[in-house]
Amino acid sequence: MVTLKKPKKVLVIGSGPIVIGQSAEFDYSGTQACRALREEGVQVVLVNSNPATIQTDKDTADIVYIEPLTASVLEKIIAKEKPEALIATMGGQTGLNLSMELVKKGILEKYNVRFLGTNSDSIEVAESREHFNRLMEKIHVPILPGRVVHDYESAKEFANKNGYPVIIRPSFTLGGTGGGTANSEQELEKIMELALRLSATNEALVERSVIGWGEFEYEVIRDSQGNAQIICNMENIDPMGIHTGESIVVAPSQTLSDVDHQTLREASLRIVHAIGIEGGCNVQLAMNQQTGDYVVIEVNPRLSRSSALASKATGYPIARVATKIALGYSLPEIKNAITGTSAAFEPALDYVVVKIPRWPFDKFPKTSRLIGTQMKSTGEVMAIGRTFQEALNKALRSLEIKIPKQISPDEHLYPATDLRIFAILEAFRKGRTVDDIYKITKINKWFLRRLESLVKLEKKIKTENLSKELTFEAKRSGFSDLQIANLKEMTELEVRSLRKSFGIIPTYKIVDSCAGEFEALTPYYYSVYEQENEASVMDGKKVVVIGSGPIRIGQGIEFDYCCSQAAFALRDLGYKSIMINNNPETVSTDFDSSDRLYFEPLTFEDVMNIIEHEKPFGVVVQLGGQTSINLAEALVKAGAPLLGTSVDGIDIASDRDRFRDLANKLKIPQPKNGTASSEEQALSVASEIGYPVVVRPSYVIAGRAMEIVRSDEELRRYITEAVEVSQKRPVLIDRYLDNAIECEVDAVSDGTTVFIGGLMEHVEPAGIHSGDANIVLPSIRLTDQDKKTLVEHTEKLCKAIGIIGLVNVQYVVKEGVVYILEVNPRASRTVPFVSKAIDIPMTKLALKAMLGEKLPKLNPKMNHFAVKSVVFPFLKLLGTDIKLGPEMRSTGETMGIGKTFEMAYYKALLAAGIRLREGKKHSAFISLNDEDKKHVQKITELLKKLDFTVYGTMGTVGGVAGAITIPKIGMGSPDVVELIESGIVDLVINTPTKGGAANTDGYKMRRTSILSGIPCITNVNTAYEFLKALVELQKKELDIRRVDQYRD
Amino acid sequence: MKAVLALKDGTVIHGIGFGAKTEMLGELVFNTSMMGYQEALTDPSYGGQILLMTYPLIGNYGTNKTDQESDKIHTSGFAIRERSEDFEHKDAQKNLDNFLKDHGVPGICGIDTRFIVRHIRDKGVMPAILATSENELDVKSLINKMQKFDYSAIDFVSKTSTKTKQIFGKNNKKKIALIDYGVKMGIVRQLVERDCQVLLLPSSSTAHDVEAIEPDGILLSNGPGDPAILTDAHKTIKALEGYCPIFGICLGHQLLAHAFGGDTYKLKFGHRGSNHAVMDVKTKRTYITTQNHGFAVDKIPDKFELTQINVNDKSVEGMRSDSKNIFSVQYHPEACPGPHDTRFLFDEFLKMI
Repeated sequence: MVTLKKPKKVLVIGSGPIVIGQSAEFDYSGTQACRALREEGVQVVLVNSNPATIQTDKDTADIVYIEPLTASVLEKIIAKEKPEALIATMGGQTGLNLSMELVKKGILEKYNVRFLGTNSDSIEVAESREHFNRLMEKIHVPILPGRVVHDYESAKEFANKNGYPVIIRPSFTLGGTGGGTANSEQELEKIMELALRLSATNEALVERSVIGWGEFEYEVIRDSQGNAQIICNMENIDPMGIHTGESIVVAPSQTLSDVDHQTLREASLRIVHAIGIEGGCNVQLAMNQQTGDYVVIEVNPRLSRSSALASKATGYPIARVATKIALGYSLPEIKNAITGTSAAFEPALDYVVVKIPRWPFDKFPKTSRLIGTQMKSTGEVMAIGRTFQEALNKALRSLEIKIPKQISPDEHLYPATDLRIFAILEAFRKGRTVDDIYKITKINKWFLRRLESLVKLEKKIKTENLSKELTFEAKRSGFSDLQIANLKEMTELEVRSLRKSFGIIPTYKIVDSCAGEFEALTPYYYSVYEQENEASVMDGKKVVVIGSGPIRIGQGIEFDYCCSQAAFALRDLGYKSIMINNNPETVSTDFDSSDRLYFEPLTFEDVMNIIEHEKPFGVVVQLGGQTSINLAEALVKAGAPLLGTSVDGIDIASDRDRFRDLANKLKIPQPKNGTASSEEQALSVASEIGYPVVVRPSYVIAGRAMEIVRSDEELRRYITEAVEVSQKRPVLIDRYLDNAIECEVDAVSDGTTVFIGGLMEHVEPAGIHSGDANIVLPSIRLTDQDKKTLVEHTEKLCKAIGIIGLVNVQYVVKEGVVYILEVNPRASRTVPFVSKAIDIPMTKLALKAMLGEKLPKLNPKMNHFAVKSVVFPFLKLLGTDIKLGPEMRSTGETMGIGKTFEMAYYKALLAAGIRLREGKKHSAFISLNDEDKKHVQKITELLKKLDFTVYGTMGTVGGVAGAITIPKIGMGSPDVVELIESGIVDLVINTPTKGGAANTDGYKMRRTSILSGIPCITNVNTAYEFLKALVELQKKELDIRRVDQYRD
Repeated sequence: MKAVLALKDGTVIHGIGFGAKTEMLGELVFNTSMMGYQEALTDPSYGGQILLMTYPLIGNYGTNKTDQESDKIHTSGFAIRERSEDFEHKDAQKNLDNFLKDHGVPGICGIDTRFIVRHIRDKGVMPAILATSENELDVKSLINKMQKFDYSAIDFVSKTSTKTKQIFGKNNKKKIALIDYGVKMGIVRQLVERDCQVLLLPSSSTAHDVEAIEPDGILLSNGPGDPAILTDAHKTIKALEGYCPIFGICLGHQLLAHAFGGDTYKLKFGHRGSNHAVMDVKTKRTYITTQNHGFAVDKIPDKFELTQINVNDKSVEGMRSDSKNIFSVQYHPEACPGPHDTRFLFDEFLKMI
């Protein structure tokens, strides 16, 4: 038995708001870590600024801080809590970088806090290119010829010597931000500039390119005694040149022989031993499959997106085991929770796993769809099958994306876009050969031949009679009923009933980490068409919770939070929970979150199959966002027992005409609105309503393609460019209320009692998508009368619609009139935020209501403020303007709490990355649009109070005493862009010109500030409130407390 | 081609046939390695067994000239979920189908292999018959054919072993007598790589035969079947005690136990795969190993100490006798297929010399 050096109290650092490259996987790893620590009697102090996380629930950690993730905040927490140790490897690159900062600043030493698991020296070696390369040479693991550079000249010299293309990777960034492939000197110069600026250490690696080599990943785990093993090896279908987070990935590898595999395995182990990993580590390798040569690309000495994927792909809980290792346990001492046998073994799979990224290009139509060395995807799906084709087809339908009807393959094959997989299929449909596609893409022909076989099967289905044998073959290759129906010009239900008449129904197999060698204790299933069904129907009263699928803009981790909470709540309420989801990053798909997990696509077919098999007491569709609620109608028609608000209720809320009638009947004012199914009709509706108007297509998630339009001309352009309009797909037109207060209500209803969880107010004026708005709770500007009206409206609406469970209602208040915007009869993205602000778990209440219980009398009181702020992916998605509008664009959210609004607001923004450099006199650059210019005095006065140097354009600060005017782009030197680039400025306040075409200068200023890492505020209210908060805080220390101590 | 896999307990699985058109009898066993099917098929330890791979996709990288553990397929059949007709690998020359055909071995695919694994896990390994044919197969007669099959009673070793002495390795720094009970070439390669001259001897060799070549060390190889019935080998090994250092691998390890008064027993469904952790009982270090055995050492002989155990079922994985200069392991340090974690054992063996 190893002597344990078990600490009594441990600090766990989370990863903050969801951004591209850092998603829900760190809630999953952090939550597992917290549980693994508490099982050992260790007290956990958890810090994260993201409220939509299970790890920040008080049931997960002992002490929770929802505070900005900065070194100074962490120092305050450490001084207060005096933890003995810290785990740095559970919070992604954010957690790792922060921990390293605490080491370098001497904070850990000062408070006598030690590192648990992989120590800081090892992390330094793994993260620093120079150290890492030296170590690899020492242990004879081949690396790419490369050089660490700190300036462009050295990069150029390297490239000239080794030849183009070269790959540039900045050190210490997440998700490959700022990296890229340069084919020429010009490209090199451009990429280097960005790379150096974004690297925390002003350092980048320039490497010879191995584009086209096979890319492989090894997830390794090692304990402090030196025992090490591979948990999973994975193969990227997209060869080198595309970031692994952007690649379609298959596990285990398919094209490696055992000899190849052992070469890479052995190298991976040698690396983790040499670095001294104590916990999990991800090793990325490239192999030239023509010669057998290989190189190590990089390592991640922490839990990562890949380790989350490996955990779900194998059933092996890497974060949990890594935590036990950090506490000093050796691998053979740790139990494999899946089988009850030891954790010392390498998982064996008896299925194939396919992961596909989910990209946000539907939200950013102006951004290039090319994928490469930088991450652009927001989330991913995973699917399991017994063949590659089956897993791939299941993963493709899990994406929930619209595949364009017309794809010209050559536009997507190389350089690759997000649509490459569809382009390859299309190319085969057009008769192109495997060799041809291989030459272009370098994708291993084994995969290409399987894609070709899918196209062949498609043709067979199309041309031949749909016999029992053919149907079985199609199902075993992963074809959905809907896919078959489309090929046969039948309906999905026709295929479904034909298939069932053949007796072809899915069987469920267990993911058990050991290929059936030992009995599995945990029920984690996937569907296949095989002989034996292992999922014997579970006893007891069961409730199915339908998850929310991949993380995407508009449907993020908040919904997974609600689904996970529902599973926990069901246990408490005496029900058994059955979770259906396809997102490998999440807590909801952890093996012990629910009583049963089905890792399946979220389509009618796959979900209904499970419902028919399990025959649950009820099905919950209101927690998984639009994904699950969209299934409600078809499921109910097929006989599923829906819990909560009825399909008719859901329809009233989403059908414009029915909802308008209801609002009229209830005498609740609505902004003037109408529907149009042609351009002429739109113009006439708009003129009747009066500009400005908000236009959008009729079926939307998170305001997709929604715009504020101010003239006939703009409306015409919107209709031709942005949407397809037809009788079937009308556009919706609403009066846009300028300068009004937007607010929203999250509530739970049991049919008679309506519990108002929170009455939230948007800090910015109406017109910004509620998902992008800064939101405060409780309201700061509404009158008592407004609030009373809001509550009355909400109660009336809930009763009239028949809401059972959660509801989110959005309003606009203007001059004392409360207008209703919309009712969402489901969990909203603010449910976790509100639950944490009022300390009442709204999801649990909603489940009680759905299960027929009456709501208890609750009276949430807040004697503090909570603010929700957001982060945007503009840095990753070049070519997109950062101005905000009714279209949602943020990827994640932060929460700031304080005794005053200013404190809460400042902290929320600080957590979202609006931070000023420490220890110097600050300066700000202002450029406002004409409409906002009236606020310039207000803003500059605050800046003066803060002792900022004020720069601005002539038009904005021309009349402001003491302000320095800067010429427009190209009109002098330094011009506005050069000023921002120079790094003199600490804050940019730039409000975009309203409506249509982007102001070129404004766009460039905003872009430059984003690329330079300088906070840029694009809304005058946000700026004003932020500066006011800064003035307020000049007199005070940052108030940092345990989340429950704000209530005192 | 049609195929049937019939188990002695009456379980009958219909699938698609490939490989040779024939029928073969054997004990049905499963292996959980996700790669290395060619090494497994050519591993002589699978003599008399029908091999089922738990990983569903087999044949992806074809078969080649180098990944051979012997010059032929030793299994009495191959059962898999999904067969790759095509292949993609720089070394590949032949697809799986032709590889099996060339060696006259039948295969079955398209079947629910996981169901069979769970069945064997519950009921234990059992005789089975794998038949392939273009015509309907008579299941009843197939089942009848295996009623008398008794894996433990058959001496597979003498069928598998080399009949004549063979020499490997030009270097003769150290001369190793490798007694062939069904040796994997991986063992030979490990020794040759370490500058040994390897003299491969028939399993029927007597102590006198072995001593006649004046080896510096003796390696008792792996091999198929029940170690208890190989009484001549027990005697030979006992007689070699003290001559020079002895290293036993797998069957060689089990034979050592019998030779010095220990015992073995049959496992319910064996250990076959590349992911089994063993622990050094002294250092507590664990190693991931390749395993392929249906029997295990029960009673360790006197004057031997337990050196390694299986982390999961605590079965004996290694033993040693310092006084007799003998050590042995139950698993395969040469890997092929599988992890290279324990190849250092060959160095330890050579250090003893």
